[in-house]
Amino acid sequence: MRTDDLIEALVQDRAAVAGKPRAALSVAVTSGALIAAILFLTVLGYRPDIATAAETYRFLFKFVFTLTLAATMIWLIFTIVRPEAVPGLRLLALAAAPVLIILAVVAELSVMPSSTWMPRLIGKNWWFCLTVIPSLAIVPLAALLTALRRAAPADPGLAGALAGLASGAIAATLYASHCTDDSPLFVITWYSIAIGLVTIVGYFAGRRWLAW
Amino acid sequence: MLMRAATAGDEAAYRTFLKAVTPAIRSLARRNLARYGLSAGDAEDVVQDTLLAIHLKRQTWDSDRPIGPWISAITRNKFIDQMRRRGHRIQVPIEDLAEVLAAEEPPAGLDGHDISRMLESLNEKQRNVVRALAVEGASVRQTAERLNMTEGAIRVTLHRAVKTLSAIYRESDK
Repeated sequence: MRTDDLIEALVQDRAAVAGKPRAALSVAVTSGALIAAILFLTVLGYRPDIATAAETYRFLFKFVFTLTLAATMIWLIFTIVRPEAVPGLRLLALAAAPVLIILAVVAELSVMPSSTWMPRLIGKNWWFCLTVIPSLAIVPLAALLTALRRAAPADPGLAGALAGLASGAIAATLYASHCTDDSPLFVITWYSIAIGLVTIVGYFAGRRWLAW
Repeated sequence: MLMRAATAGDEAAYRTFLKAVTPAIRSLARRNLARYGLSAGDAEDVVQDTLLAIHLKRQTWDSDRPIGPWISAITRNKFIDQMRRRGHRIQVPIEDLAEVLAAEEPPAGLDGHDISRMLESLNEKQRNVVRALAVEGASVRQTAERLNMTEGAIRVTLHRAVKTLSAIYRESDK
């Protein structure tokens, strides 16, 4: 096929231009989070003592962590939809949520006696945490990946991994309102593993479906 | 800008735009191939793959931004894909399209390397439509009459064919 013929084929192909990737991403984030929230509220629901829990720093900090992670990852995803966008220094945003949780862990270790560290780390619900977070992340991840198919990320694996981090963080935010393990030691261990699993899935899904 | 008119559905402007950027893409591709001691003959694969991506990803160009870096990024990406397919591990510097706009003329009748195979990999219906519209220059209506299809069906088939062509490049990546 000659290049001129290919150009002619492209000119003749007047299929509607796909929608703008950023608009699609906004819809994906909103609807993905909303569906996950409905799912969460119908199947699990928040913990019964949420009013008293909301007065403790540990409980509140879980949301500071997960929402920071969600916000930074969603922001990063929006910056990489164009092929010429190089994330560069913006990737430093990846560090925001980890820095927060590490500071919280340091604080926890300094105020709690060492004999309580392990029980706090293991908690009561770790297995539940590892299953619920990835399950709740499925819908937001699928929505984000679908929207990203309209984009042209220079690195499809990175785009998929960021989508995994964002969906894992959205799921973790919901789960945090149900879980009674509030210690940062629990959060840094099990939330990270759960979100990490979603990120790995996102990475491979990105390489598979976001290549263009 | 032509691309703006083209996204608004102006066929002639789109043709002019694609023809205008092709030499620059070709020269970027050749320059990169030469850097790896490869023949410029392979450039046409990169050119066609890039044109397909420009077409299928045109919604990712932000009309407030210059189009040069957008096109160079796509070309660079497609060049890297091409090299990976050949088992090279590479680093490509980011170049601005504007620097290479003074491109040499292509030899007449330039074919892509694998491109003769590409038309064959379309299904029969797609191949007939592409051949009629692109190679023979028939109008959509003529093609519809000749192939006994509706004009809508012709357009759908053409769009699928374009996507298939782009997928062929991607699948041969593995």
